[in-house]
Amino acid sequence: MDPRLITAVIVVVGVPAVLVGYIVATEQLLRLAPERVKPRIRPWLWLLPAFAFLFVFLVYPTIRTFIYSLQNSAGTEWVGLRNYFWFFGSSGALDALLNNVIWVVLLTGLVLGFGVLIAVLVDRVRYESVAKSVIFLPLAISGTAASVIWLFMFSYQPPGVAQTGTLNAIVTSVGVAPVTYLQTSAFRFNTIMLIIVMAWMWTGFGMVIISAALKGINPELLEAARVDGASEWQVFRRITFPLLGPTLAVVSTTVTITALKAFDIVYVMTNGAYNTNVIANEMWQEMFNFGNFAHGSAVAIVLMVAIIPVMAFNIQRFRAQEAIR
Amino acid sequence: MTSVAAARPAARSYAGAFRRRLGTLPKHVVVIGLMVLWLVPTIGLFVNSFRPAAAVQSSGWWTFLIHPSQLTLSNYRYVLAQGGLLPAFVNSLFITIPATIIPLFVAAFAAYAFAWMKFPAKNVLFVAVVGLLVVPLQTTFIPILQLYGTFGLNGQFLALWLAHTGYGLPFAVYLLRNFMGSLPSEVFESAEIDGASPVTAFFRLALPMSVPAIAALAIFQFLFVWNDLLVALIYVGATNPDNAPLTVILANLVSSLGSGWWYLAAAAFIAMSVPLAVFFALQRYFVRGIVSGSVKG
Repeated sequence: MDPRLITAVIVVVGVPAVLVGYIVATEQLLRLAPERVKPRIRPWLWLLPAFAFLFVFLVYPTIRTFIYSLQNSAGTEWVGLRNYFWFFGSSGALDALLNNVIWVVLLTGLVLGFGVLIAVLVDRVRYESVAKSVIFLPLAISGTAASVIWLFMFSYQPPGVAQTGTLNAIVTSVGVAPVTYLQTSAFRFNTIMLIIVMAWMWTGFGMVIISAALKGINPELLEAARVDGASEWQVFRRITFPLLGPTLAVVSTTVTITALKAFDIVYVMTNGAYNTNVIANEMWQEMFNFGNFAHGSAVAIVLMVAIIPVMAFNIQRFRAQEAIR
Repeated sequence: MTSVAAARPAARSYAGAFRRRLGTLPKHVVVIGLMVLWLVPTIGLFVNSFRPAAAVQSSGWWTFLIHPSQLTLSNYRYVLAQGGLLPAFVNSLFITIPATIIPLFVAAFAAYAFAWMKFPAKNVLFVAVVGLLVVPLQTTFIPILQLYGTFGLNGQFLALWLAHTGYGLPFAVYLLRNFMGSLPSEVFESAEIDGASPVTAFFRLALPMSVPAIAALAIFQFLFVWNDLLVALIYVGATNPDNAPLTVILANLVSSLGSGWWYLAAAAFIAMSVPLAVFFALQRYFVRGIVSGSVKG
């Protein structure tokens, strides 16, 4: 039999059967236990699969990675914080860190700015759902596919030859020399271009959440201000915007974490060349290009430490929101 | 805005209506301008995927308006037959379906226990599970690679199913517990009085009543796994290209093709086809999933 067919059967029938079978089997097993003990054992049997997965795939590896980050690359001796000193002393790693800071600031700014602008504007047109779908669409596709799309946008041909990339065709049509978007590192121009690709993907995320919050604002509040003679801008600036505050906080923390973890677009479009490297790609290179697991582990821990406060804030906010609902 | 304007009698005059129409023009220009801006990159790729190699290399996608007859399906025929896209497409399905089903079930079991069963240290354990959201996948790669190495799992589909289950669980447990916890308690109490076992209550009551949350989670996890490059690259792409999903094949095409990217466009569109289908078919659930997924990042 074709091995693919066997895999397909496992995928469609076997996996669900095992999962349902597990929980049914635990109940059969509990029949053997005395009635009084059952409710005390049962919860742990229901939790066991989740805890096993969480331990093996998140808890254990994190502890292990932390230990590796304190050892030499062969894992034979303790080196204290030497791998962290390497990180904060290596120009390559610091460069990646700087790029991540630019990613965080610019991506958050673009997603919030365009998110608010579009959410406010589409609220006032009749083709709102179509407009939202168009903006939201790029979020459904992979960073890899988005990178391919934008490689065509950024495509460069030498001056004098017909430009095949959309952006350079526009640029040259107004008489400017074609631009090497991904190779020009002055003022981090190429990093900014990569961030634009990510912003193109993530603006829909900001827009959808901000738009939901906008619809939740009591229209009488806005109407009252207008009757009192407030201009549209004043209504937005003094009432709508402050009310959006908590929503904007959730969007920006989520986007911040996304920016810190940025990998696909950089890996596919430049692979970190021309000063576009980021932490996640730096870690990949330490692991697979240089085989230095100690350095790679230190980079991963730095990334986690950067994420912890943002995520803690995010969970707190999210819990507050759930409580209101 | 319109209701206020309509209240003024003068606004009913023809000139007033015209001025009002004109006043709304900038907003339409901006909205439609942004829509065009967002669509052009994708349309450009879409058109290029139907243009012959020579045309893609010598002229922009917009020239198809002048030469519409040049459009061809040959790129798609080529990638599917020789580019290795068809097996990669099947691989993506084989990876994504179980990597969506397993975490959903495992999370639903745990969420049900957290919501409706009594056991010591319940809240502490739940906070610990949610707290694992801070772990970036990067911190787990090296130890899990070594673990998989000892069990010979690197390069297997199973490696990705298990890893994605572990990675997806904190958020899935969190969301499902909150949803199941908000279901009316009378339902479960009366089921217990009627002598229904927790297994029956779970499959007959808790699961069907949680469909909105499960649907949103399923779409979210499905797209996350289907679109994932990093995890697939680490556990499968590097060791067993035969099992690599579309994202890995696509990323390899970019680096290996250099300037001959003409069939890259077709390959990218094949990779995008499933997310786009999910998007158009289940947009409402999808949006809900993304909105509720905002904590995951």
